[in-house]
Amino acid sequence: MSPPATAPPMLRAEQVCKEFGSLRVLKGISLEVARGEVMCLIGPSGSGKSTFLRCINHLEQITSGRVYVDGEVIGYHDRGGRLHEMHPREVAAQRRDIGMVFQRFNLFGHRTALENVLEAPLRVKGVPRTAAARHAMALLDRVGLAAKADAYPAQLSGGQQQRVAIARALAMKPKLMLFDEPTSALDPELVGEVLEVMRGLALDGMTMVVVTHEMGFAREVADTVVFMDDGVVVESGNPRAVLTAPQHERTRSFLSKVL
Amino acid sequence: MATSGQPAPASAEIVPVSAQERLEVVRRRRPGNTVAAVVLVVITALFLYGAATNPTYGWPDFARYLFDWRVIEAARNTLLLTVFSMLGAVVLGVLLALMRLSPNRVLQSSAWVYLWVFRGTPVYVQLVFWGLFSTIYKEIRLGIPFGPTFATFSTDSVLTVFQLAVIGLALNEAAYMAEIVRAGLSSVENGQGEAATALGLSWWQTMSRIVLPQAMRVIIPPTGNEVISMLKTTSLVTAVPYSLELYTRTRDIASETFNPIPMLLVASAWYLLFTSLLMVGQYYLERRFAHGTTRDRPSRRARALSRVAQKEQA
Repeated sequence: MSPPATAPPMLRAEQVCKEFGSLRVLKGISLEVARGEVMCLIGPSGSGKSTFLRCINHLEQITSGRVYVDGEVIGYHDRGGRLHEMHPREVAAQRRDIGMVFQRFNLFGHRTALENVLEAPLRVKGVPRTAAARHAMALLDRVGLAAKADAYPAQLSGGQQQRVAIARALAMKPKLMLFDEPTSALDPELVGEVLEVMRGLALDGMTMVVVTHEMGFAREVADTVVFMDDGVVVESGNPRAVLTAPQHERTRSFLSKVL
Repeated sequence: MATSGQPAPASAEIVPVSAQERLEVVRRRRPGNTVAAVVLVVITALFLYGAATNPTYGWPDFARYLFDWRVIEAARNTLLLTVFSMLGAVVLGVLLALMRLSPNRVLQSSAWVYLWVFRGTPVYVQLVFWGLFSTIYKEIRLGIPFGPTFATFSTDSVLTVFQLAVIGLALNEAAYMAEIVRAGLSSVENGQGEAATALGLSWWQTMSRIVLPQAMRVIIPPTGNEVISMLKTTSLVTAVPYSLELYTRTRDIASETFNPIPMLLVASAWYLLFTSLLMVGQYYLERRFAHGTTRDRPSRRARALSRVAQKEQA
Protein backbone atom coordinates (compact mmCIF):
# COMPACT_ATOMS: atom_id res chain seq x y z
CA MET A 1 0.00 0.00 0.00
CA SER A 2 1.37 3.44 -0.79
CA PRO A 3 0.08 6.74 0.49
CA PRO A 4 -1.95 8.92 -1.88
CA ALA A 5 0.17 10.98 -4.24
CA THR A 6 -1.27 14.37 -3.40
CA ALA A 7 -0.87 15.93 0.03
CA PRO A 8 -0.22 12.85 2.16
CA PRO A 9 -0.99 13.15 5.86
CA MET A 10 1.93 14.44 7.90
CA LEU A 11 2.11 11.19 9.85
CA ARG A 12 0.68 7.85 8.94
CA ALA A 13 1.27 4.67 10.89
CA GLU A 14 0.16 1.33 9.51
CA GLN A 15 -0.02 -1.69 11.78
CA VAL A 16 3.12 -0.66 13.67
CA CYS A 17 4.47 -3.42 15.91
CA LYS A 18 7.46 -3.32 18.18
CA GLU A 19 8.95 -6.17 20.14
CA PHE A 20 11.81 -6.08 22.61
CA GLY A 21 12.87 -9.72 22.59
CA SER A 22 9.75 -11.62 23.57
CA LEU A 23 8.05 -8.53 24.96
CA ARG A 24 5.42 -7.11 22.58
CA VAL A 25 5.19 -3.40 23.30
CA LEU A 26 3.23 -2.26 20.25
CA LYS A 27 0.68 -4.63 18.77
CA GLY A 28 -0.41 -2.93 15.57
CA ILE A 29 -0.83 0.82 15.85
CA SER A 30 -2.55 2.52 12.92
CA LEU A 31 -3.29 6.22 12.90
CA GLU A 32 -3.02 9.38 10.85
CA VAL A 33 -2.14 12.95 11.73
CA ALA A 34 -3.07 15.62 9.20
CA ARG A 35 -1.03 18.75 8.53
CA GLY A 36 -1.44 21.29 11.30
CA GLU A 37 -3.17 18.78 13.54
CA VAL A 38 -2.33 18.25 17.22
CA MET A 39 -2.68 14.69 18.45
CA CYS A 40 -2.40 13.78 22.11
CA LEU A 41 -1.53 10.22 23.09
CA ILE A 42 -2.78 9.29 26.52
CA GLY A 43 -2.82 6.06 28.45
CA PRO A 44 -1.36 4.29 31.46
CA SER A 45 2.42 4.01 31.79
CA GLY A 46 3.78 0.99 29.97
CA SER A 47 1.05 1.21 27.33
CA GLY A 48 3.62 1.89 24.58
CA LYS A 49 2.95 5.60 23.96
CA SER A 50 6.58 6.67 24.29
CA THR A 51 7.84 3.69 22.33
CA PHE A 52 5.46 4.56 19.50
CA LEU A 53 6.69 8.15 19.54
CA ARG A 54 10.31 6.96 19.33
CA CYS A 55 9.41 4.75 16.35
CA ILE A 56 8.26 7.83 14.43
CA ASN A 57 11.81 9.22 14.17
CA HIS A 58 13.43 5.79 14.10
CA LEU A 59 15.07 6.02 17.52
CA GLU A 60 13.47 2.58 17.83
CA GLN A 61 13.28 0.26 14.85
CA ILE A 62 9.81 -1.15 14.33
CA THR A 63 9.34 -4.90 14.07
CA SER A 64 6.59 -4.76 11.46
CA GLY A 65 4.29 -2.26 9.79
CA ARG A 66 5.13 1.09 8.24
CA VAL A 67 5.67 4.62 9.47
CA TYR A 68 5.27 7.40 6.91
CA VAL A 69 6.16 11.01 7.61
CA ASP A 70 4.99 13.38 4.89
CA GLY A 71 4.53 10.40 2.60
CA GLU A 72 8.02 8.97 3.11
CA VAL A 73 8.73 5.63 4.79
CA ILE A 74 10.89 6.30 7.85
CA GLY A 75 14.17 4.42 8.16
CA TYR A 76 13.80 2.22 5.08
CA HIS A 77 13.64 2.28 1.32
CA ASP A 78 10.50 0.56 0.12
CA ARG A 79 11.58 -1.30 -3.02
CA GLY A 80 8.76 -3.37 -4.42
CA GLY A 81 7.25 -4.01 -1.03
CA ARG A 82 10.58 -5.08 0.52
CA LEU A 83 12.23 -2.81 3.04
CA HIS A 84 15.93 -2.02 2.69
CA GLU A 85 17.70 -0.50 5.64
CA MET A 86 18.73 3.11 5.01
CA HIS A 87 22.25 4.44 5.42
CA PRO A 88 22.53 6.27 8.78
CA ARG A 89 23.14 9.46 6.81
CA GLU A 90 19.73 9.13 5.14
CA VAL A 91 17.98 8.43 8.45
CA ALA A 92 19.69 11.49 9.91
CA ALA A 93 18.37 13.53 6.97
CA GLN A 94 14.82 12.36 7.72
CA ARG A 95 15.21 13.20 11.42
CA ARG A 96 16.13 16.81 10.59
CA ASP A 97 12.50 17.47 9.71
CA ILE A 98 11.13 15.83 12.87
CA GLY A 99 11.67 17.74 16.10
CA MET A 100 11.67 15.87 19.37
CA VAL A 101 11.29 17.05 22.95
CA PHE A 102 12.18 14.66 25.75
CA GLN A 103 10.78 14.08 29.20
CA ARG A 104 14.21 14.72 30.75
CA PHE A 105 15.02 17.69 28.45
CA ASN A 106 18.43 16.25 27.44
CA LEU A 107 19.96 19.68 26.86
CA PHE A 108 23.67 19.46 26.05
CA GLY A 109 25.20 20.12 29.46
CA HIS A 110 28.45 21.64 28.22
CA ARG A 111 26.75 24.18 25.99
CA THR A 112 24.93 27.41 26.84
CA ALA A 113 21.24 27.76 25.98
CA LEU A 114 22.12 29.61 22.79
CA GLU A 115 24.73 27.04 21.77
CA ASN A 116 22.21 24.26 22.37
CA VAL A 117 19.82 25.89 19.92
CA LEU A 118 22.62 26.65 17.43
CA GLU A 119 24.28 23.24 17.32
CA ALA A 120 22.11 21.46 14.76
CA PRO A 121 21.53 24.36 12.32
CA LEU A 122 25.30 25.04 12.28
CA ARG A 123 26.54 21.45 12.08
CA VAL A 124 23.78 19.65 10.25
CA LYS A 125 22.38 22.29 7.93
CA GLY A 126 25.50 24.42 7.62
CA VAL A 127 23.63 27.68 8.20
CA PRO A 128 26.10 30.62 8.36
CA ARG A 129 26.98 31.59 11.94
CA THR A 130 25.42 35.02 12.05
CA ALA A 131 22.16 33.96 10.46
CA ALA A 132 21.97 30.91 12.72
CA ALA A 133 22.68 33.00 15.82
CA ARG A 134 19.99 35.50 14.87
CA HIS A 135 17.43 32.76 14.32
CA ALA A 136 18.43 30.99 17.55
CA MET A 137 18.06 34.20 19.53
CA ALA A 138 14.64 34.82 18.00
CA LEU A 139 13.57 31.31 19.05
CA LEU A 140 14.85 31.83 22.60
CA ASP A 141 12.88 35.06 22.63
CA ARG A 142 9.80 33.19 21.46
CA VAL A 143 10.02 30.79 24.42
CA GLY A 144 10.67 33.75 26.71
CA LEU A 145 14.33 33.03 27.44
CA ALA A 146 16.36 35.51 25.39
CA ALA A 147 17.79 36.82 28.65
CA LYS A 148 19.12 33.35 29.50
CA ALA A 149 21.02 32.83 26.23
CA ASP A 150 24.36 32.61 28.05
CA ALA A 151 23.19 30.31 30.83
CA TYR A 152 24.24 26.68 31.04
CA PRO A 153 21.46 24.09 31.49
CA ALA A 154 22.53 23.46 35.10
CA GLN A 155 21.78 27.12 35.84
CA LEU A 156 18.21 26.90 34.52
CA SER A 157 15.05 25.60 36.16
CA GLY A 158 13.37 22.51 34.71
CA GLY A 159 10.73 24.58 32.97
CA GLN A 160 13.34 26.87 31.45
CA GLN A 161 15.38 23.88 30.29
CA GLN A 162 12.36 22.35 28.60
CA ARG A 163 11.59 25.65 26.85
CA VAL A 164 15.18 25.79 25.56
CA ALA A 165 14.77 22.20 24.41
CA ILE A 166 11.67 23.20 22.45
CA ALA A 167 13.57 26.11 20.89
CA ARG A 168 16.40 23.69 20.01
CA ALA A 169 13.98 21.39 18.20
CA LEU A 170 12.33 24.33 16.40
CA ALA A 171 15.71 25.58 15.17
CA MET A 172 15.70 22.86 12.51
CA LYS A 173 12.37 24.18 11.19
CA PRO A 174 10.71 20.76 11.55
CA LYS A 175 7.45 19.89 9.86
CA LEU A 176 6.46 17.58 12.70
CA MET A 177 7.12 17.92 16.43
CA LEU A 178 7.14 14.99 18.84
CA PHE A 179 6.73 15.62 22.57
CA ASP A 180 7.53 12.76 24.94
CA GLU A 181 5.83 13.60 28.25
CA PRO A 182 7.33 17.10 28.16
CA THR A 183 6.02 18.14 31.57
CA SER A 184 6.30 14.91 33.55
CA ALA A 185 9.69 15.73 35.05
CA LEU A 186 8.69 19.24 36.10
CA ASP A 187 7.67 20.69 39.44
CA PRO A 188 3.91 21.44 39.29
CA GLU A 189 4.35 25.21 39.26
CA LEU A 190 6.63 24.98 36.19
CA VAL A 191 4.27 22.91 34.04
CA GLY A 192 2.22 25.92 32.93
CA GLU A 193 5.06 27.81 31.26
CA VAL A 194 5.94 24.81 29.07
CA LEU A 195 2.32 24.10 28.10
CA GLU A 196 1.96 27.79 27.28
CA VAL A 197 4.78 27.55 24.72
CA MET A 198 3.26 24.39 23.24
CA ARG A 199 -0.16 26.02 23.00
CA GLY A 200 1.47 28.86 21.05
CA LEU A 201 3.06 26.38 18.67
CA ALA A 202 -0.26 24.66 18.07
CA LEU A 203 -1.93 28.00 17.32
CA ASP A 204 0.82 28.71 14.77
CA GLY A 205 -0.21 25.57 12.91
CA MET A 206 2.62 23.21 13.89
CA THR A 207 1.80 19.52 13.47
CA MET A 208 2.34 17.92 16.86
CA VAL A 209 2.17 14.48 18.44
CA VAL A 210 2.16 14.81 22.21
CA VAL A 211 2.45 12.01 24.74
CA THR A 212 1.05 13.55 27.88
CA HIS A 213 -0.72 13.14 31.19
CA GLU A 214 -2.01 16.72 31.10
CA MET A 215 -5.70 16.07 30.38
CA GLY A 216 -6.53 19.76 30.52
CA PHE A 217 -4.02 20.48 27.78
CA ALA A 218 -5.32 17.57 25.70
CA ARG A 219 -8.90 18.74 26.00
CA GLU A 220 -8.07 22.31 25.14
CA VAL A 221 -5.40 22.03 22.44
CA ALA A 222 -5.66 18.60 20.81
CA ASP A 223 -7.62 18.00 17.63
CA THR A 224 -7.52 14.27 18.29
CA VAL A 225 -6.99 12.31 21.46
CA VAL A 226 -5.79 8.72 21.21
CA PHE A 227 -6.12 6.43 24.20
CA MET A 228 -3.58 3.60 24.16
CA ASP A 229 -3.41 0.63 26.47
CA ASP A 230 -1.26 -2.49 26.35
CA GLY A 231 0.19 -1.70 22.92
CA VAL A 232 -3.06 -1.03 21.06
CA VAL A 233 -5.20 2.02 20.29
CA VAL A 234 -8.30 1.49 22.40
CA GLU A 235 -10.16 4.51 21.15
CA SER A 236 -9.54 7.83 19.49
CA GLY A 237 -11.49 10.83 18.39
CA ASN A 238 -12.13 14.41 19.24
CA PRO A 239 -11.04 15.30 22.76
CA ARG A 240 -14.46 16.09 24.10
CA ALA A 241 -15.81 12.75 22.94
CA VAL A 242 -12.91 10.67 24.23
CA LEU A 243 -12.34 12.51 27.50
CA THR A 244 -15.92 13.18 28.56
CA ALA A 245 -17.89 10.38 26.94
CA PRO A 246 -15.48 7.48 26.44
CA GLN A 247 -16.98 4.48 24.67
CA HIS A 248 -14.64 1.94 26.14
CA GLU A 249 -14.54 0.52 29.63
CA ARG A 250 -10.72 0.67 29.74
CA THR A 251 -10.73 4.36 28.78
CA ARG A 252 -13.35 5.07 31.43
CA SER A 253 -11.37 3.34 34.16
CA PHE A 254 -8.13 5.16 33.15
CA LEU A 255 -9.82 8.55 33.07
CA SER A 256 -11.51 7.99 36.40
CA LYS A 257 -8.03 7.58 37.92
CA VAL A 258 -6.37 10.63 36.36
CA LEU A 259 -9.15 13.19 36.25
CA MET B 1 4.18 34.38 28.63
CA ALA B 2 4.95 32.89 32.02
CA THR B 3 8.50 33.65 33.05
CA SER B 4 10.24 32.59 36.21
CA GLY B 5 10.56 36.01 37.87
CA GLN B 6 9.88 35.31 41.51
CA PRO B 7 8.35 37.99 43.72
CA ALA B 8 10.69 39.22 46.46
CA PRO B 9 10.10 37.39 49.76
CA ALA B 10 8.39 39.29 52.52
CA SER B 11 11.18 40.86 54.59
CA ALA B 12 9.80 39.79 57.96
CA GLU B 13 11.96 36.90 59.10
CA ILE B 14 15.51 37.94 58.20
CA VAL B 15 17.56 38.55 61.36
CA PRO B 16 20.48 40.98 60.86
CA VAL B 17 23.72 40.01 62.61
CA SER B 18 25.88 42.93 63.64
CA ALA B 19 29.51 42.51 64.58
CA GLN B 20 28.94 42.94 68.32
CA GLU B 21 26.33 40.20 68.43
CA ARG B 22 28.56 37.57 66.86
CA LEU B 23 29.27 34.72 69.26
CA GLU B 24 32.64 34.92 70.89
CA VAL B 25 33.80 31.36 70.98
CA VAL B 26 36.86 30.06 72.80
CA ARG B 27 38.37 27.62 70.36
CA ARG B 28 38.87 24.11 71.64
CA ARG B 29 42.53 23.20 72.16
CA ARG B 30 43.89 20.53 69.92
CA PRO B 31 47.12 19.42 71.64
CA GLY B 32 47.54 16.35 69.43
CA ASN B 33 47.72 18.51 66.30
CA THR B 34 50.34 20.79 67.85
CA VAL B 35 52.52 17.91 68.98
CA ALA B 36 52.31 16.21 65.57
CA ALA B 37 53.21 19.44 63.79
CA VAL B 38 56.24 20.07 66.03
CA VAL B 39 57.46 16.49 65.57
CA LEU B 40 57.15 16.72 61.78
CA VAL B 41 58.94 20.07 61.59
CA VAL B 42 61.79 18.77 63.75
CA ILE B 43 62.16 15.57 61.70
CA THR B 44 62.13 17.54 58.43
CA ALA B 45 64.71 20.03 59.73
CA LEU B 46 66.98 17.22 60.92
CA PHE B 47 66.68 15.43 57.58
CA LEU B 48 67.43 18.59 55.58
CA TYR B 49 70.42 19.40 57.82
CA GLY B 50 71.70 15.85 57.43
CA ALA B 51 71.21 15.92 53.67
CA ALA B 52 73.02 19.22 53.34
CA THR B 53 76.00 18.19 55.45
CA ASN B 54 76.31 14.53 54.44
CA PRO B 55 79.06 14.43 51.78
CA THR B 56 77.76 11.18 50.17
CA TYR B 57 74.83 13.08 48.67
CA GLY B 58 77.45 14.76 46.52
CA TRP B 59 75.75 18.13 46.07
CA PRO B 60 78.69 19.59 44.11
CA ASP B 61 78.34 16.70 41.62
CA PHE B 62 74.57 17.24 41.55
CA ALA B 63 75.12 20.87 40.57
CA ARG B 64 77.76 19.96 37.99
CA TYR B 65 75.66 17.31 36.21
CA LEU B 66 72.16 18.79 36.52
CA PHE B 67 72.63 20.75 33.29
CA ASP B 68 75.21 18.50 31.66
CA TRP B 69 74.38 18.33 27.95
CA ARG B 70 74.09 14.52 28.12
CA VAL B 71 71.54 14.87 30.89
CA ILE B 72 69.57 17.55 29.06
CA GLU B 73 69.49 15.40 25.95
CA ALA B 74 68.34 12.42 28.00
CA ALA B 75 65.63 14.56 29.61
CA ARG B 76 64.46 15.55 26.15
CA ASN B 77 64.38 11.89 25.06
CA THR B 78 62.37 10.95 28.14
CA LEU B 79 59.88 13.70 27.35
CA LEU B 80 59.61 12.61 23.71
CA LEU B 81 59.11 8.97 24.73
CA THR B 82 56.32 10.08 27.08
CA VAL B 83 54.59 12.33 24.55
CA PHE B 84 54.71 9.89 21.61
CA SER B 85 53.69 6.90 23.72
CA MET B 86 50.78 8.74 25.30
CA LEU B 87 49.57 10.07 21.93
CA GLY B 88 49.59 6.56 20.51
CA ALA B 89 47.96 5.18 23.66
CA VAL B 90 45.14 7.76 23.62
CA VAL B 91 44.29 7.19 19.95
CA LEU B 92 44.38 3.41 20.29
CA GLY B 93 42.61 3.60 23.65
CA VAL B 94 39.67 5.56 22.20
CA LEU B 95 39.46 3.03 19.37
CA LEU B 96 39.47 0.09 21.80
CA ALA B 97 36.86 1.77 24.00
CA LEU B 98 34.57 2.32 21.00
CA MET B 99 35.11 -1.32 20.00
CA ARG B 100 34.11 -2.50 23.46
CA LEU B 101 30.95 -0.38 23.33
CA SER B 102 30.08 -1.48 19.78
CA PRO B 103 27.16 -3.85 19.24
CA ASN B 104 29.40 -6.05 17.04
CA ARG B 105 30.48 -9.12 19.04
CA VAL B 106 33.72 -9.65 17.10
CA LEU B 107 34.87 -6.06 17.73
CA GLN B 108 33.86 -6.35 21.39
CA SER B 109 35.74 -9.55 22.04
CA SER B 110 38.84 -8.48 20.06
CA ALA B 111 39.12 -5.43 22.28
CA TRP B 112 38.61 -7.61 25.35
CA VAL B 113 41.38 -10.01 24.30
CA TYR B 114 43.71 -7.06 23.65
CA LEU B 115 43.09 -5.75 27.15
CA TRP B 116 43.50 -9.20 28.63
CA VAL B 117 46.95 -9.67 27.05
CA PHE B 118 48.40 -6.17 27.43
CA ARG B 119 47.09 -5.51 30.92
CA GLY B 120 47.81 -9.05 32.06
CA THR B 121 51.57 -9.08 31.40
CA PRO B 122 54.24 -6.80 32.90
CA VAL B 123 55.24 -3.84 30.77
CA TYR B 124 58.90 -4.76 31.37
CA VAL B 125 58.34 -8.20 29.81
CA GLN B 126 56.53 -6.59 26.87
CA LEU B 127 59.43 -4.20 26.33
CA VAL B 128 61.91 -7.08 26.27
CA PHE B 129 59.70 -8.74 23.66
CA TRP B 130 59.73 -5.59 21.53
CA GLY B 131 63.51 -5.59 21.83
CA LEU B 132 63.47 -9.09 20.35
CA PHE B 133 61.01 -8.09 17.62
CA SER B 134 63.63 -8.10 14.89
CA THR B 135 64.83 -11.51 16.07
CA ILE B 136 61.31 -12.94 15.87
CA TYR B 137 60.38 -11.17 12.64
CA LYS B 138 63.59 -10.71 10.64
CA GLU B 139 61.84 -9.31 7.59
CA ILE B 140 58.73 -7.30 6.89
CA ARG B 141 57.10 -8.32 3.60
CA LEU B 142 54.37 -6.42 1.81
CA GLY B 143 52.21 -8.65 -0.34
CA ILE B 144 49.26 -10.99 -0.39
CA PRO B 145 49.31 -13.68 2.33
CA PHE B 146 50.26 -17.04 0.77
CA GLY B 147 50.59 -15.13 -2.53
CA PRO B 148 53.15 -12.90 -4.23
CA THR B 149 55.39 -10.54 -2.23
CA PHE B 150 55.86 -7.01 -3.54
CA ALA B 151 58.51 -5.64 -1.22
CA THR B 152 60.74 -6.90 1.58
CA PHE B 153 62.45 -4.87 4.29
CA SER B 154 64.78 -6.04 7.01
CA THR B 155 63.12 -5.22 10.31
CA ASP B 156 66.29 -3.66 11.75
CA SER B 157 66.45 -1.13 8.95
CA VAL B 158 62.82 -0.02 9.35
CA LEU B 159 62.41 0.24 13.11
CA THR B 160 64.82 2.05 15.42
CA VAL B 161 65.18 1.14 19.08
CA PHE B 162 63.49 4.41 20.00
CA GLN B 163 60.48 3.54 17.84
CA LEU B 164 60.29 0.06 19.33
CA ALA B 165 60.34 1.60 22.81
CA VAL B 166 57.48 3.95 21.85
CA ILE B 167 55.47 1.09 20.34
CA GLY B 168 55.99 -1.06 23.41
CA LEU B 169 54.96 1.68 25.84
CA ALA B 170 52.03 2.85 23.71
CA LEU B 171 50.51 -0.59 23.18
CA ASN B 172 50.70 -1.36 26.88
CA GLU B 173 49.27 2.00 27.91
CA ALA B 174 46.45 1.77 25.34
CA ALA B 175 44.90 -1.04 27.35
CA TYR B 176 44.62 1.21 30.40
CA MET B 177 43.49 4.23 28.39
CA ALA B 178 40.74 2.12 26.81
CA GLU B 179 39.19 1.49 30.21
CA ILE B 180 39.47 5.14 31.20
CA VAL B 181 37.83 6.29 27.98
CA ARG B 182 35.11 3.64 28.30
CA ALA B 183 34.33 4.79 31.84
CA GLY B 184 34.15 8.37 30.56
CA LEU B 185 31.82 7.56 27.67
CA SER B 186 29.54 5.51 29.92
CA SER B 187 29.34 8.40 32.37
CA VAL B 188 27.51 10.56 29.82
CA GLU B 189 23.75 10.10 29.99
CA ASN B 190 22.16 8.18 27.12
CA GLY B 191 19.76 11.07 26.54
CA GLN B 192 22.62 13.29 25.36
CA GLY B 193 23.41 11.07 22.41
CA GLU B 194 19.72 10.49 21.77
CA ALA B 195 18.94 14.20 21.62
CA ALA B 196 21.81 14.74 19.20
CA THR B 197 20.65 11.83 17.04
CA ALA B 198 17.08 13.13 17.03
CA LEU B 199 18.37 16.50 15.77
CA GLY B 200 19.95 14.77 12.78
CA LEU B 201 23.59 14.82 13.91
CA SER B 202 25.65 11.95 12.53
CA TRP B 203 27.23 9.33 14.80
CA TRP B 204 30.61 11.01 14.44
CA GLN B 205 29.24 14.50 15.22
CA THR B 206 27.34 13.11 18.20
CA MET B 207 30.49 11.50 19.55
CA SER B 208 32.96 14.29 18.88
CA ARG B 209 30.77 17.29 19.72
CA ILE B 210 28.35 16.06 22.36
CA VAL B 211 29.47 12.86 24.09
CA LEU B 212 33.28 13.06 24.17
CA PRO B 213 33.51 16.68 25.40
CA GLN B 214 31.28 15.74 28.34
CA ALA B 215 33.17 12.50 28.92
CA MET B 216 36.41 14.50 29.17
CA ARG B 217 35.57 15.58 32.70
CA VAL B 218 35.75 11.95 33.78
CA ILE B 219 38.61 11.05 31.42
CA ILE B 220 41.13 13.81 32.22
CA PRO B 221 42.02 13.20 35.89
CA PRO B 222 42.94 9.51 35.51
CA THR B 223 44.67 10.30 32.21
CA GLY B 224 46.80 12.87 34.03
CA ASN B 225 47.75 10.05 36.37
CA GLU B 226 48.66 7.88 33.40
CA VAL B 227 50.85 10.57 31.81
CA ILE B 228 52.80 11.02 35.02
CA SER B 229 53.05 7.29 35.43
CA MET B 230 54.22 6.99 31.81
CA LEU B 231 56.92 9.63 32.38
CA LYS B 232 58.38 7.35 35.03
CA THR B 233 57.74 4.09 33.19
CA THR B 234 60.01 5.35 30.40
CA SER B 235 62.88 4.41 32.73
CA LEU B 236 62.08 0.77 31.87
CA VAL B 237 62.85 1.09 28.14
CA THR B 238 66.38 0.05 28.98
CA ALA B 239 64.81 -3.41 28.54
CA VAL B 240 64.43 -2.87 24.78
CA PRO B 241 67.35 -1.79 25.15
CA TYR B 242 67.06 1.96 24.63
CA SER B 243 69.61 3.68 26.86
CA LEU B 244 69.43 7.38 26.06
CA GLU B 245 66.58 8.32 28.43
CA LEU B 246 67.00 10.03 31.75
CA TYR B 247 67.36 7.16 34.19
CA THR B 248 69.66 4.90 32.15
CA ARG B 249 71.75 7.85 30.98
CA THR B 250 72.35 9.17 34.51
CA ARG B 251 73.16 5.65 35.70
CA ASP B 252 75.70 5.32 32.87
CA ILE B 253 77.31 8.61 33.88
CA ALA B 254 77.37 7.37 37.49
CA SER B 255 79.36 4.32 36.43
CA GLU B 256 82.07 6.74 35.18
CA THR B 257 82.08 8.90 38.32
CA PHE B 258 81.72 5.94 40.73
CA ASN B 259 79.11 7.89 42.68
CA PRO B 260 75.50 6.93 41.88
CA ILE B 261 73.79 9.08 44.51
CA PRO B 262 74.15 12.57 42.98
CA MET B 263 73.13 11.19 39.58
CA LEU B 264 69.95 9.69 41.08
CA LEU B 265 69.22 13.12 42.51
CA VAL B 266 69.79 14.69 39.09
CA ALA B 267 67.35 12.27 37.45
CA SER B 268 64.79 12.79 40.22
CA ALA B 269 65.02 16.56 39.86
CA TRP B 270 64.22 16.36 36.15
CA TYR B 271 61.35 13.91 36.68
CA LEU B 272 59.91 16.20 39.35
CA LEU B 273 60.20 19.22 37.07
CA PHE B 274 58.33 17.48 34.26
CA THR B 275 55.68 16.11 36.62
CA SER B 276 55.07 19.59 37.99
CA LEU B 277 54.65 21.00 34.49
CA LEU B 278 52.20 18.20 33.64
CA MET B 279 50.17 18.95 36.76
CA VAL B 280 49.85 22.58 35.73
CA GLY B 281 48.78 21.50 32.25
CA GLN B 282 46.16 19.17 33.71
CA TYR B 283 44.73 21.98 35.83
CA TYR B 284 44.09 24.12 32.76
CA LEU B 285 42.75 21.20 30.72
CA GLU B 286 40.26 20.35 33.47
CA ARG B 287 39.13 23.95 33.62
CA ARG B 288 38.60 24.02 29.87
CA PHE B 289 36.25 21.02 29.93
CA ALA B 290 34.36 22.06 33.07
CA HIS B 291 31.90 24.27 31.17
CA GLY B 292 28.35 23.87 32.37
CA THR B 293 29.28 21.92 35.49
CA THR B 294 30.22 24.82 37.70
CA ARG B 295 28.60 28.20 38.02
CA ASP B 296 31.23 29.60 35.72
CA ARG B 297 30.96 32.15 32.97
CA PRO B 298 30.13 30.85 29.51
CA SER B 299 33.02 30.19 27.19
CA ARG B 300 34.38 33.17 25.30
CA ARG B 301 33.07 31.73 22.03
CA ALA B 302 29.54 31.35 23.43
CA ARG B 303 29.50 34.93 24.69
CA ALA B 304 30.76 36.26 21.37
CA LEU B 305 27.96 34.41 19.58
CA SER B 306 25.23 35.76 21.81
CA ARG B 307 26.60 39.29 21.42
CA VAL B 308 26.35 38.89 17.66
CA ALA B 309 22.81 37.54 17.95
CA GLN B 310 21.68 40.31 20.25
CA LYS B 311 23.14 42.98 17.99
CA GLU B 312 21.37 41.42 15.00
CA GLN B 313 18.09 41.48 16.88
CA ALA B 314 18.32 45.10 17.87
